[in-house]
Amino acid sequence: MIDFSLCGLRRALDAGDIGSVELTQACLDRIEERNSELNAFLTVCGETALDEARRADAGRAGGGPLAGIPIAHKDIFCTRGVRTTAGSRILDNFVPPYDATVVERLAQAGALLIGKTNMDEFAMGSSNETSYAGPVRNPWNLSRSPGGSSGGSAAAVAAGLVPAATGTDTGGSVRQPAALCGLTGFRPSYGRVSRYGMIAFASSLDQAGSITRTAEDAAMLLDSMAGHDPRDSTSAERDGEDYSGPLQGLKGKALKGVRVGIVKEFMDEGLEARCRQVFLDNMETLRGLGAVVTEVSLPRLPLSVPVYYVVAPAECSSNLSRFDGVRFGLREAGADSLDELYTRTRRAGFGEEVRRRILVGGWVLSKGYFDAYYLQAQRVRRLLAADFTKAFETVDLLAGPTAPAPAFGIGEKIDDPIQMYLNDVYTIGASLAGIPAISIPAGTVDGLPVGLQLMGRPFAETDVLRAAHAYQLETDWHRLWPPGASAPVGEA
Amino acid sequence: MNNLQTPGNPKPAEDFSDEELLRVAQLTRLGLEEGEKEELISTLRRIIGFVQVLQQLDTGGVEPMVHPLDLVLPLRADEVTETDVRADAQACAPDVVDGLYRVPKVIE
Repeated sequence: MIDFSLCGLRRALDAGDIGSVELTQACLDRIEERNSELNAFLTVCGETALDEARRADAGRAGGGPLAGIPIAHKDIFCTRGVRTTAGSRILDNFVPPYDATVVERLAQAGALLIGKTNMDEFAMGSSNETSYAGPVRNPWNLSRSPGGSSGGSAAAVAAGLVPAATGTDTGGSVRQPAALCGLTGFRPSYGRVSRYGMIAFASSLDQAGSITRTAEDAAMLLDSMAGHDPRDSTSAERDGEDYSGPLQGLKGKALKGVRVGIVKEFMDEGLEARCRQVFLDNMETLRGLGAVVTEVSLPRLPLSVPVYYVVAPAECSSNLSRFDGVRFGLREAGADSLDELYTRTRRAGFGEEVRRRILVGGWVLSKGYFDAYYLQAQRVRRLLAADFTKAFETVDLLAGPTAPAPAFGIGEKIDDPIQMYLNDVYTIGASLAGIPAISIPAGTVDGLPVGLQLMGRPFAETDVLRAAHAYQLETDWHRLWPPGASAPVGEA
Repeated sequence: MNNLQTPGNPKPAEDFSDEELLRVAQLTRLGLEEGEKEELISTLRRIIGFVQVLQQLDTGGVEPMVHPLDLVLPLRADEVTETDVRADAQACAPDVVDGLYRVPKVIE
């Protein structure tokens, strides 16, 4: 029996139980069968993926750790020669002339690009409803959102269209969709993975991550993705590490002595009662693994969402000024002046939520409001980051839910931006502090998956991945498939 | 400092006026249409009201955090690392003539 995870497929390919062509074709068939209802893929690269699979089967593709395995990239990563839209009309015709570092490194490790996944426009959203290409549906219940902004990646992995996908996490865009789709979503420390070629939304927050079935798979991807990149001036001057190695051979009381702090501020009335119970049960599981679980307070954490909704729009208004109809992307016809060309193009190219954020960002950066809003938010950000630093003096990991409730309905929150923003209340803190955080499948409520979030010290990815892997050795939540779904190969 | 709350239903910000909306829409080249102004301004007032909670906090003496890594901008060696990529870079441009981007006339 083949386990449809990256690690399982690696073993199966190496043992000759399956070939890359057979695997890739199975994924393409599944995409063909399911994508019209899920809307998870914006572009499918069937022919080139099969060509690469043939090369892998013939042993001509090198022996990288991901050799012969198809993966998907969120449509925010530039892929040379393959359309990259960021879910926006303004980039509907954009074919990048270069690869993002993440794309390049995963290709060097042997991964085959099978397609590009749907996302909230420029990653601005928590439900995948702001995409120009329309909403993605949650494989667990098609009337529900898969979360966002990496919702296409999450839906694709959850439905077994592909074993793993990349995502990006600015305020929770990898962790929240992973939680809502029953998957493992990992956001490494800010600076751990290069942002080169990743279309920028909020540059002090954006970080590439992964959506996989297991923490082991997240480690396997990070082995290839991480490390300094001279083309990204904010990439940390650190080598990537061996993330998979430290997960090997964990067993028994694997978390003996590890101090886990429950974030007190997360346990307020905003957390759905049954999700709270799932979380408390998760803490018992961690105790059973030997962890010492206590409660810690991050007093400024309730301000994380307002801080984020000043800092992120400010940075977005600056980053998105590059879309002007001159050098790439959409150009709206009929303008008589350069100014009119900019305005017509941006009016036609950006959707409602992106426009709102550019306006808020432009305003908080403008004369008369800069100090009171933008600088104040950055000051509160530092206090909040200090709360995390202090907490990590007494605990090794912080724990909380990933989202306040299971997947919400498509259309349920989209008309009220503030309710949508508040859905990110548990994920934004780690983003602002720049620390590594993972969401892992931790239970179900009404048949829908619920995630557990674990956060670690800056650059302590291995602590986070080890704890997540230990949890997954002890539990089976990550093995659940949505009703009616199964792996396209192998699993019974 | 305790009991800070994130407002779920914030008071709309009064200092975001119609004129402010027009000013920022001009700064950001977003081009508003008459029919959308009313709803947009009420949504933006709520969003700005939502973030105004930050102003309750005394941040005297706190250095703004612009970045999680507090980086110093790194310098690289002064060496040529890129070849001429103009043709590649312009292949995705909407209107290029003789290697130049063509835009509407900017000088009368």
